Amino acid sequence: MSAGIERVRRDTARPGAAAGDWIRVGAIEDIPRLGARVVRSAHGDIAVFRSAEDEVFALRDRCPHKGGPLSQGIVFGRHVACPLHNWSIGLEDGAAVAPDRGCTGRYPVKVENGIVYLRV
Amino acid sequence: MKRMKLVMVGNGMAGMRTLEELLEIAPDLYDITVFGAEPHPNYNRILLSPVLAGEMTLDDIMLNDLEWYARNGIRLHLGRKVVGIDRRARSVVADDGTREPYDRLLLATGSDPFILPIPGKDLEGVLTYRDIGDTNAMIDAAGRGGRAVVIGGGLLGLEAANGLALRGMEVTVVHLMEWLMERQLDRTAADMLQKSLEQKGLKFMLRKQTRAILQGPEGRVRGVSFADGEEIPAELVVMAVGIRPSDALARSAGIHCSRGVVVNDTLQTYDPRIYAVGECASHRGTAYGLVAPLFEMAKVCANHLAMLGIGRYQGSVTSTKLKVTGIDLFSAGNFTGGADTEDIVLHDAVGGVYKRLVIKEERIVGSVLYGDTVDGAWYFQLLRDRHNIGELRDHLMFGQSHLGTAGHQGQNKAAGMPEAMEVCGCNGVCKGAIVKAIKEQGLFSLEDVRKHTKASSSCGSCTGLVEQILASTVGGAYAPQQNKAKPMCGCTDFTHEEVRRVIREQHLLAIPAVMRFMEWRTPNGCASCRPALNYYLISTWPHQAKDDPQSRYINERAHANIQKDGTYSVVPRMFGGVTDAAQLRRIADVVDKYRIPTVKVTGGQRIDLLGVKKEDLPKIWADLAMPSGHAYAKALRTVKTCVGSEWCRFGVQDSTQMGIDMEQAFWKLYAPHKVKMAVSGCPRNCAESGIKDVGVIGVDSGWEIYVAGNGGIKTEVAQFLCKVATPAEVLETAGAFIQLYREEARYLDRTVHWVARAGLDYVKQRVVQDEASRAALYARLQFALQGETDPWAERAQGGARHEYEALTA
Repeated sequence: MSAGIERVRRDTARPGAAAGDWIRVGAIEDIPRLGARVVRSAHGDIAVFRSAEDEVFALRDRCPHKGGPLSQGIVFGRHVACPLHNWSIGLEDGAAVAPDRGCTGRYPVKVENGIVYLRV
Repeated sequence: MKRMKLVMVGNGMAGMRTLEELLEIAPDLYDITVFGAEPHPNYNRILLSPVLAGEMTLDDIMLNDLEWYARNGIRLHLGRKVVGIDRRARSVVADDGTREPYDRLLLATGSDPFILPIPGKDLEGVLTYRDIGDTNAMIDAAGRGGRAVVIGGGLLGLEAANGLALRGMEVTVVHLMEWLMERQLDRTAADMLQKSLEQKGLKFMLRKQTRAILQGPEGRVRGVSFADGEEIPAELVVMAVGIRPSDALARSAGIHCSRGVVVNDTLQTYDPRIYAVGECASHRGTAYGLVAPLFEMAKVCANHLAMLGIGRYQGSVTSTKLKVTGIDLFSAGNFTGGADTEDIVLHDAVGGVYKRLVIKEERIVGSVLYGDTVDGAWYFQLLRDRHNIGELRDHLMFGQSHLGTAGHQGQNKAAGMPEAMEVCGCNGVCKGAIVKAIKEQGLFSLEDVRKHTKASSSCGSCTGLVEQILASTVGGAYAPQQNKAKPMCGCTDFTHEEVRRVIREQHLLAIPAVMRFMEWRTPNGCASCRPALNYYLISTWPHQAKDDPQSRYINERAHANIQKDGTYSVVPRMFGGVTDAAQLRRIADVVDKYRIPTVKVTGGQRIDLLGVKKEDLPKIWADLAMPSGHAYAKALRTVKTCVGSEWCRFGVQDSTQMGIDMEQAFWKLYAPHKVKMAVSGCPRNCAESGIKDVGVIGVDSGWEIYVAGNGGIKTEVAQFLCKVATPAEVLETAGAFIQLYREEARYLDRTVHWVARAGLDYVKQRVVQDEASRAALYARLQFALQGETDPWAERAQGGARHEYEALTA
């Protein structure tokens, strides 16, 4: 466990860390409960969500409907409501709740010792 | 935990709806087994008439295909009739010997057609009209042509007769009573109906008692004879004289039945492990034969089976619509009236329109509409809500059908619209697409149609049209939304009013406390209830309840309007629409410095800066040094003014100053929805006070105050509230009105919706006549506004920084 964190620290210290490495994005306390923060990345914006139970999820910050920034939506349970047209998107799978259809990309995310790491 | 076993007897609409509701709220509670006597999966029985008429096919009306049962892990025994219930062993047995144990048993056996006990009733060529088998038999018979007699001039009989006639048979309808559909129509409407059906080629014999069905040479039917001795020839006889609840199974198991399986308000029979829903159930002495009540039962029953134990079924008021193409007919409630009722009648015999409303103590108790049923849903809603029609009486007959005025080409009658015509201008949905979705997806409620098609889900202007399309497509299965008892959202069964009351009475101060106390079904609500709860808390307990930013819509959280591309817009406040060179210069500098792509003058007399990056917002607010315009919030937007007596040669009052004073007094308030005000300096009304939530018009002797106007989806002219003499009185009256709205309206109600429900008389009483009430309301508003800050100023100084800054990888 501690070795993993060490490696992460090295990665974040080095600009342009290789794809597939865990990247430190901040403390979990930086994300409001039932809220989200945006992480700017070379692959576009990523929305990092925090549930009421402190679970963390990461999705591409684009609603499959009309590209609305999901990070700006209201988070409830394990879903977020897109701020543009109120589609519900699952935080675990990135999929729209039926009868709407569509899916947005997911990113691996983990929390260790209160620090949030993302793999892009 | 081991799952309990739920066995359902009957595979029809009521039972399946119960299972669907149950699977939605408790998908893992039961192992479910379904017995269906028919060889088909669940289909939409109310659409058998269009199938008979050749307008739809059997495939069109399937609701749950076999795959659906498999996907939900339901064991389905088709073509097997349950013949016994062993209540002691808790198992059922089917006619082929299949035995299934149960922990809970759900009876949904529906009803059987009533067969007249007359000679010849079992002859070949004598049919009833109840299921797919009957429908196919009729289609077969019609294929051979000839003459048909339909016994029974009720809803089902007429639909059967119409279908057979369309398939080329010569059809005579025989009816025992004085007029057709006597349980749904009065004589006038029935006569009009009979006339139009005669024009379609049907023949009628009324006041005729059938004595026997006559046998022909090959053992087939050859005709019908009547009590008066008359005989008519027929190759096909359809008995459609009524249905009776199918309760034989329950009866044989010793469960109490009385014209149906007797159930309580939670749909339990006298054996509490056994439930009954649908046409086989008898609730408070009534067995329903229409679909809408069955769905209401299904909801309650599913809730109870899921062991949530909430919700009671308390009976239904039903409405009827005849599904015969080209005939518009609607009936609901008590349409015959009595000594203590009065009628409002519109009858245009030549035009083929008849409308009758039966009124008792200022409330609609029944209605019959023929020829023009556009407002049927509205009348039905007024009836179910027991709405006092006092204020509506004068124009009640001319309908309302809560249609907006924009976005659907001025259409107000769905029936006359071609399939390709756009109904919903927001989402680009045409009539054909809505009809198709209703039929293919088996939709029954406005909510369902909104979810699947998006029609009327944005601005809602076309809601009335969509309801009409729904009503005419599903006929009697359509139940308009019940205004009064509508739960706040899917997370609870409590209404907005109940939630508000509990927050006040229990002194609840936070969203989790409300959810715990009121037993919310979801752990932290949804995007619909959380903003409402947050508003109710802070408006009920100002300075005590703490605002929850995560329960606010993004615009109110970020204090700017999100745009389609994820950028934001900034609208600084200009009190009364008045600005100066310094403000304009700062705005111009901000536009240059932050390269703002679009600058637009708004309809509310201020300036909108569009295309702002979120992270720039706090810096822009700091540079502008102007207060928030709240253009993004459920709050006071603008107070629009004309130049008034200071400059205008016609002005009689200083409307500009009055507007500035109002905006200064109210600009930090939050409300159930946005609030717009205007002040005009003379009756020419250049500030358009007639379409504002609060509109003030200066006259020589003082100020007239109008309320509950709206210039949006449906243009609503503001109503006169009162006239006052001084600016101080304007402030107090407007403030008291807004405070009453803040305290009593549902979240997302505009003033017009709330006043329509509460009644202008009530509002006048609280705000105008009762001085103490007005003063108290105004004082509560002042208290709520005490210490409210400008959100932009706070954030310009670094408040809520996490909202605006991205995390860095």
